[in-house]
Amino acid sequence: MTDPSALASPAPPRRSLSFAWLGVVPFLAFALLFLILPTLQIITGAFRNPAGEFTLENIANLFQPSIMSAYWISIRISFASAFLGCLIGFLMAVAITIGGLPVWLRSPLLTFSGVASNFAGVPLAFAFLATFGRLGLVTLILRDWFGINIYGMGFNILSFSGLTLTYLFFQIPLMILIVTPALDGLKREWGEAAAILGASRFQYWRMVALPILWPTLLGTFALLFANAFGAVATAYALTGSSLSIVPILLFAQIRGDVLQDPHLGYALAFGMIVITGIANFVYIWLRGRAERWIK
Amino acid sequence: MSFLEIASLQKDFGGIRVVKDFDLAVEKGEFVSFLGPSGCGKTTTLRMVAGFEQPSSGVIRIDGRDVVNLKPNQRNIGMVFQAYALFPNMTVAQNVGFGLKVAGRPKAEIDARVGEMLEIIKLPHLAERYPFQLSGGQQQRVALARALAVRPQVLLLDEPLSALDAKIRVSLREEIRAIQKTLGITTIYVTHDQEEALSMSDRIVVMNEGRADQVGTPFEIYNRPTTRFVASFVGTLSTLEARVLDPATGSVTIGDSTVSLGYRLAARQAGDAITLALRPEAVTLGRNEARDVHLSGTIKDVSFLGSVIRVRVAVGSGTVSLDTFNSPSAPPPQPGDQATVSFAPGDLLVMED
Amino acid sequence: MKANRFWSWAFLILGIAYFVLPLLGTVEFSLKMRRGEYSLDAYWAVLADPRFQATFGYSVMMAVATIIAGVVLIVPTAYWIRLKLPHWRPFIEFVTLLPLVIPPIVIVFGYIRLYNTSSWLPLTGTAAGTNLLLMFGYMTLSLPYMYRAVDTGLRAIDVATLTEAAESLGAGWLTIMWRVILPNVLVAVLSGAFLTFAIVIGEFVLAALLNRPAFGPYLQLIGANRAYEPAALAVIAFAITWACMGLIQLVTRFQKHTMARR
Repeated sequence: MTDPSALASPAPPRRSLSFAWLGVVPFLAFALLFLILPTLQIITGAFRNPAGEFTLENIANLFQPSIMSAYWISIRISFASAFLGCLIGFLMAVAITIGGLPVWLRSPLLTFSGVASNFAGVPLAFAFLATFGRLGLVTLILRDWFGINIYGMGFNILSFSGLTLTYLFFQIPLMILIVTPALDGLKREWGEAAAILGASRFQYWRMVALPILWPTLLGTFALLFANAFGAVATAYALTGSSLSIVPILLFAQIRGDVLQDPHLGYALAFGMIVITGIANFVYIWLRGRAERWIK
Repeated sequence: MSFLEIASLQKDFGGIRVVKDFDLAVEKGEFVSFLGPSGCGKTTTLRMVAGFEQPSSGVIRIDGRDVVNLKPNQRNIGMVFQAYALFPNMTVAQNVGFGLKVAGRPKAEIDARVGEMLEIIKLPHLAERYPFQLSGGQQQRVALARALAVRPQVLLLDEPLSALDAKIRVSLREEIRAIQKTLGITTIYVTHDQEEALSMSDRIVVMNEGRADQVGTPFEIYNRPTTRFVASFVGTLSTLEARVLDPATGSVTIGDSTVSLGYRLAARQAGDAITLALRPEAVTLGRNEARDVHLSGTIKDVSFLGSVIRVRVAVGSGTVSLDTFNSPSAPPPQPGDQATVSFAPGDLLVMED
Repeated sequence: MKANRFWSWAFLILGIAYFVLPLLGTVEFSLKMRRGEYSLDAYWAVLADPRFQATFGYSVMMAVATIIAGVVLIVPTAYWIRLKLPHWRPFIEFVTLLPLVIPPIVIVFGYIRLYNTSSWLPLTGTAAGTNLLLMFGYMTLSLPYMYRAVDTGLRAIDVATLTEAAESLGAGWLTIMWRVILPNVLVAVLSGAFLTFAIVIGEFVLAALLNRPAFGPYLQLIGANRAYEPAALAVIAFAITWACMGLIQLVTRFQKHTMARR
């Protein structure tokens, strides 16, 4: 960090003989045993052969068409659901904060977002099957009342578009929950100052509001991306093993169903860490650039 | 025709009239303050001039042009807000240049104007800082430069100093006034601080419950308040209960002394109760033969304010506040002491009921 | 301004339609088990299934255990960080946010490899050990939410002054935690707890890969084999999530009242 104010703030006085750190030993032990070590186990395992020697073969084995295509579709779904989740969630949050809607709408929508953002997993898959599946409510209504056969148009709940549509159910509320406080943080005076200086509404958003919100938007995007990338339950309950995305491939691999080589599993998991890690690294890097003006 | 005209302006919020029949004509280059307690409608009036609030009825004209139906960004007005409303994501220079940038001015012109404005507010060395790196006083100076950079026809200031420390407030108000005079810009300044209003303004509008109670120069407002509200809101005032002796000559009795005000008391009868008011600086402690009225009483309390000592003396018909200069060699008066106060009848203000 | 409001309504209504339709669809579907008429048959079938009762009970037990263990671990830690090690906070917060970045499936894969029967700590060798491992896994999943809730609660009270006051009255460490700190952050702890409950109750991946008879894998099994029961289960699961969020709202509101009375 090259923050000048951080350098300027006085360092806390150092006590020479302090055992205060002993108080966090239980927490550190927990984090080490059940978070850090298991992850390291995966990372090191990705570079070892069954005999325990260093190898790049597991990583190299990732570069076979079936696995590459699984990564590719996972990235596409995660990107699409994170992007659409950010966009739609942002627009809805704008509508309830500064869009001139009645105040009483806000609290129920935020509560609902709290519920929906936690309504992931198997039940969510059921809900979408019952709604957008071949015999789902919306599918039938569109077919019988409007003559629109969405399955005839190439839509399938067990596909890229279907999975993205389903993931949005928890992505949009998560975005609303995170971005609403950020929108509340936009001071009314900024908008007024911009207006009185001759700026249009669009210029205000482009030059003031969006740059101020940018770090939050980026951070939420990275979070939503990781959220979708690691989601197993929804996809598994929805598609079984018919849609080959990375988490499902890994799930099957751990269960010993498909791939026989355990070290390929390590490499698959390592690839997942790398991708969510990259998403977060990009976020931190961009935020560092965007936040020069924050204390 | 005046430069800024406000006529019959009204504003209702949910059935409550917060601005009532407001009329004002401001000359070009004039500095007018809206002074009043919070909730008196002064900020609402200012925001209607800026275009953030739509008047319920009335006219606002700038340089002959009716602006009521124009959006804020079409009015060519500069404004400084109470909370520093600098854009946090822009440097000082970018903030000051914002208005010119959105107007699509060439970069060279923006740079020149920004440099000029930073010279005026004496902060050219801070051009590349971000707002969070500035003190409150510096931020408000930048906000002023940003408002003035677009050469607005009218400058509006909404309690710009109320968030600052006392010392910075005083120095910055002098600076704002000096810049305003140099540029000759028509200015409306909203404040609840009478000292600010009195020291900066060409004219003051004292507002109370949505109305302009009195409009006048600081001298008039302070020395000849026309309503009881103005008299009590601006400056400290002691009130004395008196009785009219002869309305034609203006003689009244205060306690057991008879005082001639020297002018006719219209619409008063002999024997009527009347309230008179006095500024502390019009009163001296002790018997002063240069002044005609002498009342005696007991010192109620004494507060030491530094260069002056404020003494409150209970006389039969009320309590009189007065200021005496602090003198290190003489001990201050003590509460409970007997004392005489003196003042001239011409300094008495008649309060309307 | 008017155009603004029009678009606000448009976005909001479209968004709400997206959220309401799947719920309607699910409810409708869950009622269709009997041919030609709406009935609650699917719900009765689910509730009568002994596996439903067993797995649901197991998951409730796991959730309660996770919450208790999480509170015992996190409340003292967050308190200690606030009181004695404020400069550790960025690091600790970073650790607590890691579970949002590392996919749960990767973490559980690590568990399986690290704690298998031939390892130094063969937790997966016994049912009790695996249950323990699953509980720790759930603690990890709920760590970001729990830590944040407790830390926010601690921020609202003056930890240092409360501690010094209690110490000056002769309270020991355990008394301070139990009688002073915990009651003051109880609302925060409870909202973290309900969130944990909502996460644990339907969790699938950890339970499935550790082979525990939890509610999540049962849901998946039913989904793969039945037509109408899954919809009924989804409605039940949604109701549980709603109940948890409703309880969070309720305790938060309760706190506002007690604060106002002070």
